[in-house]
Amino acid sequence: MSQFVDRRLSGKNRSAVNRQRFLRRFKGQIRKAVTEAVSGRKVADLERGEKISIPSKDLSEPVFHHGPGGRRSIVHPGNREFVTGDRVDRPDGGSGQGGGGGSPDGEGMDEFVFELSREEFMNYFFEDLALPDLVKKQLTAVPEVKRVRAGFVSQGNPSNLHVVRSMKQAIGRRLAMAAGPREALREAEEALAELEAKGEGASPEADELREEITALRARVAAVPFLDTWDLRYANRADKPQPSSQAVMFCLMDVSGSMDEARKDIAKRFFMLLYLFLTRSYEKIDLVFIRHHTVAKEVDEEDFFASRETGGTVVSSALELMRDIIRERYPSAAWNIYAAQASDGDNWEDDSPRCRELLLQDLLPAVQYYAYVEIQAEHPQSLWHEYAYVKSVSRQFAMQRILGLEDIYPVFRELFRKKAA
Amino acid sequence: MMEETTDRQAVKVRQYLSEGSEWTFELLRLYDREIGRVAAHYGLDTYPNQIEVITSEQMIDAYSSVGMPVGYHHWSFGKQFMSTQKNYKRGHMGLAYEIVINSSPCIAYLMEENTMTMQALVIAHASYGHNSFFKGNYLFRTWTDAEGILDYLVFARNFVAECEERHGEEAVEEILDSCHALMNHGVDRYKRPARLSMAKEQARQREREDYLQSQVNDLWRTVPVKEAAEQARKERRFPPEPQENLLYFIEKNAPRLEPWQRELVRIVRKIAQYFYPQRQTQVMNEGWATFWHYTLLNHLYEEGRLTDGFMMEFLQSHTNVVYQPPYYSRMYGGINPYALGFAMFRDLRRICEQPTEEDRRWFPEIAGTDWVKSLDFAMRNFKDESFIAQYLSPRLIREMKLFNVVDDDQEEQLEIAAIHDDAGYRAIRQQLADQYNLGNREPNIQVWNVDVYGDRSLTLRHAMHNRRPLGESTPEMLRHIARLWGYDVRIESVDETGRAELAGECEV
Repeated sequence: MSQFVDRRLSGKNRSAVNRQRFLRRFKGQIRKAVTEAVSGRKVADLERGEKISIPSKDLSEPVFHHGPGGRRSIVHPGNREFVTGDRVDRPDGGSGQGGGGGSPDGEGMDEFVFELSREEFMNYFFEDLALPDLVKKQLTAVPEVKRVRAGFVSQGNPSNLHVVRSMKQAIGRRLAMAAGPREALREAEEALAELEAKGEGASPEADELREEITALRARVAAVPFLDTWDLRYANRADKPQPSSQAVMFCLMDVSGSMDEARKDIAKRFFMLLYLFLTRSYEKIDLVFIRHHTVAKEVDEEDFFASRETGGTVVSSALELMRDIIRERYPSAAWNIYAAQASDGDNWEDDSPRCRELLLQDLLPAVQYYAYVEIQAEHPQSLWHEYAYVKSVSRQFAMQRILGLEDIYPVFRELFRKKAA
Repeated sequence: MMEETTDRQAVKVRQYLSEGSEWTFELLRLYDREIGRVAAHYGLDTYPNQIEVITSEQMIDAYSSVGMPVGYHHWSFGKQFMSTQKNYKRGHMGLAYEIVINSSPCIAYLMEENTMTMQALVIAHASYGHNSFFKGNYLFRTWTDAEGILDYLVFARNFVAECEERHGEEAVEEILDSCHALMNHGVDRYKRPARLSMAKEQARQREREDYLQSQVNDLWRTVPVKEAAEQARKERRFPPEPQENLLYFIEKNAPRLEPWQRELVRIVRKIAQYFYPQRQTQVMNEGWATFWHYTLLNHLYEEGRLTDGFMMEFLQSHTNVVYQPPYYSRMYGGINPYALGFAMFRDLRRICEQPTEEDRRWFPEIAGTDWVKSLDFAMRNFKDESFIAQYLSPRLIREMKLFNVVDDDQEEQLEIAAIHDDAGYRAIRQQLADQYNLGNREPNIQVWNVDVYGDRSLTLRHAMHNRRPLGESTPEMLRHIARLWGYDVRIESVDETGRAELAGECEV
């Protein structure tokens, strides 16, 4: 007799450990694939899984097998035209095996493709950035929620017991449960009073009524004062928190000296700031401003793709940002963040102007302004002016960046503030 | 026979087991009881059945661990899992609707998404077809211990986990990688193995560790010996006879392995050995199971227990399973073992029941005999290679239009060496049998010599078959072997004239 076992509810992730082993083993290849994926993504589009493909030969499990050559003899089915002794040309591909070959799923056999979950993807993304663990945890976590009141429920833990509600409930129940007996009691008492009025107080009927009255009183008294059914607990529900809005300005120098590698670092810098913001704000607008000698608001694609030549006037971007804030993002209604990436070049006379713009117009309006100088030769006038800004403003952060691991320190201040 | 016919006619009044496509546990039990009854009627002898209902995700899990209900951790299983999951999610692949392993009780999995028809098909196929094959076939009887395997897998998993804790995941993974690479060369083809049992394994494991280490040390001892004696010893090869089981040789003789590493080699070797019969009986095993699900369900249908709708669905999926695309089809990917095996068992039954004159000439010993007994005998005493050599009939060769192509790199063109005609039957039968000989499919590699008194290097020999050379994976394979052996490893290819030529070398 066969035995049937229902296993549907027992664990389904038996392969999770093996999957992790796989990811660990091919870390190098996966990281490479993640880097490629990041450059193909939009700034705001970081938090989802990714399809990763690795060349199959990198993860082959070798066995001894025969190579081509020698004499091989194979039996095939479905002969339609051959007779013994026929000689035919080798089919294309030289497999020498008749049909065969080619994967039916249209995906080359030499690529092993699999999906990384959102969490795994983010972990690889963070890896180069040298983020402290605490920060990683904050970023990977699901957005924080606030517990808000949400009515009352009949089940809960004792600390949430709502006394007033429970008592109200009890009153209602006592009323309902006692209503029938009380009614009967009232009738019996009236009947008894009537009998007594008639002077038949000692009759057997009156005795019967008295007994009934005693029984009914006992029933009324037996209705419990407070029962488990009455208990009500305050209910709390998760509400995403906080729910205000923010706008993030991305400013980038697109003059000739900003090459692809620098742009890639800049992109990660923007992505990281964006991620921080998504933890705190439900709605985030992105504004991309690129500049050389003049600034222009563009969409994301142009922002990273375009490349211009010529000099650099940083203040043009700052002015444009100021104007956009005035027009579209009144600082009372918006939390404003700005991230500026540049290679440090600026027209010498323009730098003091930048300092002024920042101190007078921008910094009072923004929550945080982060500036990175990517692979700059040596500090130039802009850096010195900004250094002064930093010394007087707490919303301002700046950093010289050589590699990806230098990005995080820019945000350190931002995080300290958040944690406080 | 007469009785049975009247019996069947008596129940021609149809009493269906069920009509819809939904299954319930009561229905599963009912179907299982009915299928079991018919199976007993045909004399199928099985291990007790344990049938587990699982979800498709769990099926992917089971799939990626080769059906082993308990397995140690290794990245390659993760890789298998991820590719299965991807293919399944994208709808490129229906999941195998059955996985069954030869243990006692025999565990078969049913997917909850399947219809009642499919569940019945799987029960008949796995729990009665494969199950009886596992219990009856001589290879499984000789090589595997259905009662001990589950315990052994638990032991293996715990041991591997313990090693990871003590020596680090990476160190364990390295050894396992190398062992997995040699899995196909980690089986005894001739010697009968000892029975496995967890209690014994554990009790003996410690003892073995110490003992083995002392043995190995002894082997490499360099006590001064007399000149003449030394000369004699130098000429003697070690091992004295070539060894086919590379993993066994490494486990017992590799000079630099730690005791725990030897135990890992042993675990992989034991598991390889356990799966070895499966690899040798693919056509027979699947053919047998397919033949029986077909026969059992048809029997129930004739009894009036199954609806026409059930049969339509059943036949459709059955037909898909046994479809053999011809060589010129885009779907052709070699001979379908289900198709060949099923056709051969059916043909065998036909030879017993309605032999033609040709059959009497080719199969005098079985033509016209009781088919149940003849099939049972065939199932018990053969593996793919010998089964085909014994039973592939001219008629089936004609039906499948089999033909033999020879691809010789010394010739300009391919040659059609034989087709399905009188002159070709025997050649085709022999060729097809050879094609299922694992010894021909995998390179024949044996341990030839160890330079015991010199640099301790290991020499392997590849006996070439039909002048076929080793593939491009050889250098990587040698690195794996060198990792286990600890000293230089080289491999020589020996051609048909006995001339040995260096085919690869790996220095540590």
